[in-house]
Amino acid sequence: MKIAVCVKQVPDTASPGKLDPTTHTLERTGKLMLDPSDEFGVEMALQLVQQAGGGEVTLVSMAPHGEVSGLRTALAMGADKAILVSDESLQGSDALGTAKVLAKALQRVQPDLILAATESTDGYTGTLPVQVAELLGLPSITFAKRVRVEGDKVLVDRQTEAGYDEVESPLPALVTVTAGVVEPRYPSFKGIMAAKNRPIDQLKVADLDLSTDDVGWHGAGQEIVSVEPAEARQAGEIVVDEGDGHERIVAFLEQLKVI
Amino acid sequence: MATDRILVVAESYAGKALPVSLELLTKARQLAGTVEAVTWGTPSDTAAVASQLAGFGATKIYSVGDLGAALPGVPVAAAIEALVQQSGPPDAILIPTTYDGRDIAGRLSVRLDRSVLTNVVGITSHDGALVSEHAIFGGSEVLKARFTGAAPAIFVVRAKSFAAEESADAGRAAPEVVTVDVPDTGPTNTGATNTATVTARHVEERTGPKLDEATVVVSGGRGLGEAGRYQLIEELAKLLHGAPGASRAIVDAGWVPYAYQVGQTGKTVKPTVYIAAGISGATQHMVGMKGSKNIVAINKDAEAPIFAIADLGIVGDVQKVLPKLIEALKARS
Ligand SMILES: Cc1cc2nc3c(=O)[nH]c(=O)nc-3n(C[C@H](O)[C@H](O)[C@H](O)COP(=O)(O)OP(=O)(O)OC[C@H]3O[C@@H](n4cnc5c(N)ncnc54)[C@H](O)[C@@H]3O)c2cc1C
Ligand SMILES: Nc1ncnc2c1ncn2[C@@H]1O[C@H](COP(=O)(O)O)[C@@H](O)[C@H]1O
Repeated sequence: MKIAVCVKQVPDTASPGKLDPTTHTLERTGKLMLDPSDEFGVEMALQLVQQAGGGEVTLVSMAPHGEVSGLRTALAMGADKAILVSDESLQGSDALGTAKVLAKALQRVQPDLILAATESTDGYTGTLPVQVAELLGLPSITFAKRVRVEGDKVLVDRQTEAGYDEVESPLPALVTVTAGVVEPRYPSFKGIMAAKNRPIDQLKVADLDLSTDDVGWHGAGQEIVSVEPAEARQAGEIVVDEGDGHERIVAFLEQLKVI
Repeated sequence: MATDRILVVAESYAGKALPVSLELLTKARQLAGTVEAVTWGTPSDTAAVASQLAGFGATKIYSVGDLGAALPGVPVAAAIEALVQQSGPPDAILIPTTYDGRDIAGRLSVRLDRSVLTNVVGITSHDGALVSEHAIFGGSEVLKARFTGAAPAIFVVRAKSFAAEESADAGRAAPEVVTVDVPDTGPTNTGATNTATVTARHVEERTGPKLDEATVVVSGGRGLGEAGRYQLIEELAKLLHGAPGASRAIVDAGWVPYAYQVGQTGKTVKPTVYIAAGISGATQHMVGMKGSKNIVAINKDAEAPIFAIADLGIVGDVQKVLPKLIEALKARS
């Protein structure tokens, strides 16, 4: 079974992001890392390939400056190879532009199943995977909290407002997974060493049969108008509990006529 | 370039429009002269939903019909695409940030070759153009954006961004309900993209008000220490006729289901009172509850960021404060 996993490489999630003062887009100049949300897709892919008795896991990513550190992490977890699309002309791409690039890259892999996260840590638009599915003419199941493959079908427990739905789809298909769908493994030392020799195919927009009009600033159909500080919320009264903290809360609720 | 016509994707559940659908209609009415809605469901559910939507200002309601076992993403996007081809593009399409709403938005975006603005929390009109507002960095900053290409502008809007208000001339005229066909072939072909099917639906029973509709929300975080203590949160919520919520830390730890999560990747809540117990106040949590009218925080760390936005902060141990609070409330009832 061939599985492709869309993995985003994002700025360090521990430090708060910063916007470029002129373009108002998130600064991506520093070193990038594997989006923690995508660890679940990578782990899911590795487990499904193992359960299928064999196959291949290919990572697909679009990132600036030929960034590969996040890909190396996922390769160290056990993925077989990666495709990275990195090109100056991709700067400023919106989700639709990014989806067009990833869809073209995925066509080279011809996977049975495409996995992605429900939303990325830095952009969290949460629409990109479905855009990819539509571009490729594939069915999609989002918000998976359980994924199984049986024969040529994928079976998913899909999170809903009321609980969950059991959904199935013929392959090929695209599935987005939620955090917690599986427990991602830590790369082993052996894995880290092996990852150094796994191939990363680096592509440009010209390699993908895409016009530069579709991507980057050109292709983006939206622009940022301004970024302003939000109205600050005033801090209220802070008291140290001396065994009477609950009384303060009761009084507060009374005053609000909640009780 | 005034805004003339807005189409609202009006999701419903069991014959009732979701509150967010009514919020979007209310906003659309303020922005445009003509407000239309697209909805789906069984004929009887659609009839009930249609009169509700009309009450909030939709003058024309497009019904996609009963989707059966299909997921809404593909057929609803195909129906909207057909509508745009038949009667021209509306100025904007408003879609709720729900599981199905995001699927519809993604599919539609490609079908119309238009980008989408997501996580919208406000929409204003500037010189006739619509500008969307997005809360970033935990709601400490507001980013404004707009579309640059041709109509329609597609906005995916978070619940609770707008108040729902019935239209003044509600009930005057019966709504016009129009059925839209979604052919399997032709320009709106749904073909292979529509082959995912729902084989079973599971409803997890929850008593009490819904998290995003409750007037009181009591949320617990990692500071509770262990899964079993979440029971304190549930008990307190029940005593206050409110809903229990959670930080992502304890959702990821498996203590409570994802549906309980408040924040950037969970629900936005704006209750009269929000009680945060053992929650540090990470930006991704705060963005989902900052709009609450009153915030009470209990945390043993006086430096916890949550105190910066709390109206009443108790520096203390949840294991001590919560049981006493529960006892005090029980004694009153
Ligand atoms: C992309 C992304 C999206 C995210 N989305 C969300 C989201 O939607 N919602 C969300 O909540 N988080 C979200 N997070 C996670 C967020 O960054 C925090 O990790 C999370 O909110 C922390 O949860 P917490 O406050 O329960 O835990 P912690 O940060 O560990 O805080 C626990 C708090 O409990 C206090 N405490 C400990 N013991 C006690 C005691 N006995 N009595 C009283 N207080 C005690 C501690 O002082 C501490 O302040 C997201 C993160 C990312 C990267
Ligand atoms: N540049 C990218 N490269 C690879 N995968 C991506 C990229 N952007 C988004 N994705 C995938 O799509 C998911 C949703 O992204 P988003 O729409 O940004 O929330 C992410 O979690 C990734 O799995």
